[in-house]
Amino acid sequence: MDVLTAFEILVKSMLFASAPLIFTALGGVFSERSGVVNIGLEGLMVIGAFAAVVFNITFASALGGWTPWIALLAAMVIGGLFSLLHAVASISFRADQVVSGVAINFLALGLGVYLIKDWYGAGQTPQIPVPLYYERIPLLYDIPVIGPIFFNNYITSYLAIFVAVIAWFVLYKTPFGLRLRSVGEHPMAADTMGINVYRMRYIAVFISGIFGGLGGGVYAQTITQDFSAGTITGQGFIALAAVIFGKWHPLGAMGAAMFFGLAQSLAIIGSSFPLLADVPNWILLSAPYILTILALAGFIGRADAPKANGQPYIKGSR
Amino acid sequence: MFSQFSKWQKILIPVISVILGLIVGAIVMLVSGYNPIEGYSALLAGSLGEGFYIGETVRQITPYIFAGLAVAFAFRTGLFNIGVEGQLLVGWIASVWVGLAFDLPKIIHLPMAILAGAVAGAIWAFVPGLLKAKLRVHEVIVTIMMNYIALHLCNYLVRYVISDEQNTTDRVPESASLKSPFFETLTEFSTMHYGIFLALAAAIIYFVVLEKTTTGFELRSVGFNQHASEYAGMNVNRNIILSMVISGAFAGLGGAMEGLGTFGYGFIHGAFSGVGFDGIAVALLGGNVASGIILAAALFGILKQGALIMPLQSGVPTELVEIVIAIIIFFVASSYIIAYLLQRLKKGAK
Repeated sequence: MDVLTAFEILVKSMLFASAPLIFTALGGVFSERSGVVNIGLEGLMVIGAFAAVVFNITFASALGGWTPWIALLAAMVIGGLFSLLHAVASISFRADQVVSGVAINFLALGLGVYLIKDWYGAGQTPQIPVPLYYERIPLLYDIPVIGPIFFNNYITSYLAIFVAVIAWFVLYKTPFGLRLRSVGEHPMAADTMGINVYRMRYIAVFISGIFGGLGGGVYAQTITQDFSAGTITGQGFIALAAVIFGKWHPLGAMGAAMFFGLAQSLAIIGSSFPLLADVPNWILLSAPYILTILALAGFIGRADAPKANGQPYIKGSR
Repeated sequence: MFSQFSKWQKILIPVISVILGLIVGAIVMLVSGYNPIEGYSALLAGSLGEGFYIGETVRQITPYIFAGLAVAFAFRTGLFNIGVEGQLLVGWIASVWVGLAFDLPKIIHLPMAILAGAVAGAIWAFVPGLLKAKLRVHEVIVTIMMNYIALHLCNYLVRYVISDEQNTTDRVPESASLKSPFFETLTEFSTMHYGIFLALAAAIIYFVVLEKTTTGFELRSVGFNQHASEYAGMNVNRNIILSMVISGAFAGLGGAMEGLGTFGYGFIHGAFSGVGFDGIAVALLGGNVASGIILAAALFGILKQGALIMPLQSGVPTELVEIVIAIIIFFVASSYIIAYLLQRLKKGAK
């Protein structure tokens, strides 16, 4: 295999596998920046995948080519609503955020598979009729060499990168972003400045639900194309890893998600690369997790979480 | 977790959570067109209705007790071990490996295989413990990541090391098996095995170590207030590592129960067994005390076993139980709001 073909396969599979991770990781960044740990990203992806697949199957004949896109909107809405459970428990009811996130993961999978079995009479939905496809970007695709590599991919992959830039702008260049981050660093000080800590955190968790749902919807409509208990297996946790590896920064999370996407696809296509053929497959599969531990341990630069991450805010206490 | 609540609240909160969880489950059944009474009766019949089902339920309870003890032990010492699932998997594979690799009399072989499970789980938990103690890395994230590494590593070991590129290993020989002919005849050939005795013994050990020994006192006090413990001359870092290692050993033993008892072999896992994650719910519901954990494990054992029969008898999908368990976790985690409402109720009554 010549270098160019190898490069093309790598770039394509990286963009392909990382888009859902980018969306979900961005959700994690919003939530954790506001001080709410979101172990429930996995569950949010599950519910997003569920919503997108069911919507796609149900409305394909009515909506035609628009189906997967409107299904993504449905996944975002359902993901957002679902995340409010985590918000109510961890912000208003002062539940342990980690425990609440674990419950979200349980509930999403339980509810999703329960409804699938009830509606379709099997543990697995039929294939979605209108999945997302590779698309050639007009004009750019005609650029020699670069065109076919970079401009013949899923639209969602470009969208993910675009949204990451927007997320960076919102978090770092707008008053809203400043408030959101201040709530995650020092909620009492933010409260003193007149910021409604509870409302800010609710919004942040809701955004994480929207993005998590979107990530799950993209995953289901590009990669698995149906829904079952095994549709989302750890992608939410890889996205969580990308949040940490990317140091709670939207662009960092995007970079990490791309890297993890590449690592994931290497585990699948690795055998066709001579250098990687001898590496035991479990090491490639575990790479995102091992690297996250190394990053946390400070071997790859320090990763400092938002200071108030994981602490419920109780007004009036010091 | 309940330290700020009074004694009667500590008992009432889990009970209320379970009731609320079952009510939500009933509503879900109603909304999706099933009869909740039929659903729950099928669940009960499928877990306690016959000798066979009782045996299967007890077999389910066994690893839940271990997983619950593992999570609770870390909890009591101020740590959150989400890695029980991974520790359980490595314990499972290690015990099967030792079971297959040696040819020894049962009196040596079985304890050795069980011990291998405990040691593997302990080693797997040592990593997050060490990182927490030395580098202040949060154990929650590390243990989650270790779960996935365990899953991939164990699958690799099963396929390429313990077996000859198969999806399952051979069965462990009789000399390393927990299988019980006595229970088999007693429960109409269920898969119930001797592990339940080990689980109950583990719960007693948990109680004694935590409540009756100096080490246990130190571990609890570190969990209660790290700074005060340090001031009192305790080695906080050593205690963090020790706590994780003991927690991991409990989890590894839970895996050994599956490897040497329930299944009797190791296999490639497409996804997690779920027992380790359910252990979080067991520990929370059991209030992190030995007796509570046994009761909570029994409840989850009944729910999980009954859920398997439920679809056949009442049409309700098995996953209803997952929903119920998730709701229970939500309410136990939100115990603050339940305690608050209870207080309001008490004031209202006066």
